[in-house]
Amino acid sequence: MQEQNKFSDDLKNAFGDKYSFVFDNHVLFADTKTLLSTMAKLKDIFNFNMLLDVCGVDNCKRPVTEWTHGIRFESVYHLLNMDLSQRIRVRVPVDVDNGEMVPSVVSFWKAADWFEREAWDMYGITYLGRKKERLLTHHEFVGHPLRKDYRADHNQPLSESLDIFFEPDPSISADEARKREWINIGPSHPATHGTLRIMAEIEGEVIKRSKLEIGYLHRCFEKMAENHLYNQVIPYTDRLNYCSAPMNNIGWCKAIEDMMGIEIPDRAKALRMILAELSRVIDHLVCIGAGAVDLGALTSFWFCFEERERVYELFEKLCGARLTVSLTRIGGMAQELPVGWVTDCLEVVKKIEKGIAEVDRLLTKNKIYVDRTRVCPITAQNAIAWGYTGPCLRATGVNYDIRKANPYYFYKDVDFEIPVGQNGDNYDRYLVRMEEMRQSLRIVNQVLNNLPSGPYQSLDKRVCIPPKKEVYTNIEGLMNHFMLVMKGVRPPVGEIYSATEAANGELGFYVISDGGPNPYRVKVRPPCFAIYQSFSEVVQNKMISDAIAELGAMNIIAGELDR
Amino acid sequence: MSTNKRLVSALTKNSEEDFALERLIVTTKADSFLEWAKRWGQSNSLWPFPFGTACCAIEYMAVVGPKYDASRFGAEVVRFSPRQSDLMIIAGTITEKQAPILRRIYEQMADPKWVIAMGACASSGGFYRAYHVVQGVSRDIPVDIYIPGCPPTPEAVLQGIMQIQERIKKGVSSYADAQKIEEDELALSTLKAE
Repeated sequence: MQEQNKFSDDLKNAFGDKYSFVFDNHVLFADTKTLLSTMAKLKDIFNFNMLLDVCGVDNCKRPVTEWTHGIRFESVYHLLNMDLSQRIRVRVPVDVDNGEMVPSVVSFWKAADWFEREAWDMYGITYLGRKKERLLTHHEFVGHPLRKDYRADHNQPLSESLDIFFEPDPSISADEARKREWINIGPSHPATHGTLRIMAEIEGEVIKRSKLEIGYLHRCFEKMAENHLYNQVIPYTDRLNYCSAPMNNIGWCKAIEDMMGIEIPDRAKALRMILAELSRVIDHLVCIGAGAVDLGALTSFWFCFEERERVYELFEKLCGARLTVSLTRIGGMAQELPVGWVTDCLEVVKKIEKGIAEVDRLLTKNKIYVDRTRVCPITAQNAIAWGYTGPCLRATGVNYDIRKANPYYFYKDVDFEIPVGQNGDNYDRYLVRMEEMRQSLRIVNQVLNNLPSGPYQSLDKRVCIPPKKEVYTNIEGLMNHFMLVMKGVRPPVGEIYSATEAANGELGFYVISDGGPNPYRVKVRPPCFAIYQSFSEVVQNKMISDAIAELGAMNIIAGELDR
Repeated sequence: MSTNKRLVSALTKNSEEDFALERLIVTTKADSFLEWAKRWGQSNSLWPFPFGTACCAIEYMAVVGPKYDASRFGAEVVRFSPRQSDLMIIAGTITEKQAPILRRIYEQMADPKWVIAMGACASSGGFYRAYHVVQGVSRDIPVDIYIPGCPPTPEAVLQGIMQIQERIKKGVSSYADAQKIEEDELALSTLKAE
């Protein structure tokens, strides 16, 4: 806390009244002229070494408050100082209608690359020196869908898919250029696990240049969230990273709870931790299993899926759904544990431990697997510049995990370790994931053995429906019930960025509330979006088969990538 | 004349195929028997092409996984080449960007072919009434079976596969229907032109 106050004071001294501290977030205003100098200061003096997110906001329907400034668009940056684990938001108003452009921050952080492209795609905010390329929507799309005047249900069909094309490479002679070929991988390809497309220029088996095309699963999460109530957004969050759905629920609910200043009961916290860690395990199991299939090791996939199935069964007992569970509500959990669930869970944990040991025996010392995954290393510095988080960052040797850096819930009370790698290659990522699974099971064990009793939902009247007895016997309870059903959860006017450690890295939710029943703007900071944009650079001059291994080890989940 | 008793008795007594089989022995009318044998073979060795895009694809993995094991229905040989497969399982949301690819892959599949739309998104767009999501794949390709659920349970998917098997045994497919409608329309338009 003291550290944070000191940091706050330093920022205040440096930036004066442009700086404020609201909802536990550092907020800084800048304009397009001073943006670059501000960013340089933040990066060099205040050591904000990672760019988490860049996004646009359309303010045209926002009621006038101390949060607005009268200009329609703004470009919002989120930065992270990893040493002190402090985050800052930089808001830059942009007068797009009068042709104002924002200087690009790609020279400071490479991670800005796709985020800026997305901001143009969604809002039409132009970044100086950047090409206006579509990223998530298709190339025939007209307009900017996240602007408030774009209707959510206005479809624009695409006639023909984009053809593969590369500009001539100026650095090579005509003779060399003749040796090169173009190949297209995906978006329907067994190794791309969904909907990724890689266009590669190859020489023999070696990738010389590559372009990535994403957006094949752009399901408009952000637009949908703007049109639904806060609790209705929870099922949408399930489908972000569908390999570990409960973690997204938790991330979303935590953001809204932080905004409303709700402290959820101990039992809810503990249950959320159990669910989060179980889903971390199943997410890593899919990643390792499917990644091994790409390398030809089918056996481990069946082993991994058997363990996954056990966790599915636990979820099914808990709520009836297997994959997309929607288990949390704002203010706590959806329901109490069924009888006998804790014992079942303890048993499952034991079985999974055994299963992981089996996978470990199959892969860890398997010469073919080791040789094929000792490829595509990335340095820690480079990884931070690209905005890596999660196991991929820890595999490079950076000891950064939000569960330790900004512990939420009971993570500061449980005993667990953060595994780190050395080389940042695919094998290290595999090892980090294996160890993380064991640590997660350790956490689950500890929490299950000390499961607090008490209510599973907070008693805060703003978010939780009172018990049925109150509703039927008491006018206050009845009114409370009525208001919540009719008007929904309404967080106070303001903005918040709240992050949790999801299976792939930092999952952040940037939520703007205008005091109404629907969120005004939601931006997800998807961990694999930042990781995947580095793919072209990482696989350059590598074999095609190594690129496939890399794709598996990055664990790109299209639902989260394209939202 | 001796017949393979086991083969004959395994069939339901009053089925047409059964008659065909018996008649083959008596009258050696091969056509209907061969047709029956073809359908029987096709229905029990489906080669699915999983057009997996989203969450449903993960659930489809569970279907072919050890517990639910789609190989019990002869549908475990997952082929990622459309040329080698006869059943397309659309598992996941189809976006506007993805739709041309879906059409192209469907066209590349060899005839005869069947299509399962797995889950709410593929069937109708699901709860994504959004600017980039196709509101049901039947806009682009003919669908045989729709499986409800978000995602459907593996049991539901297995039932969908069994229903496809029934359709094959009856010789029905949406692809053939669509083909026929197209031919009719063509004939009608030429008639009108004349």
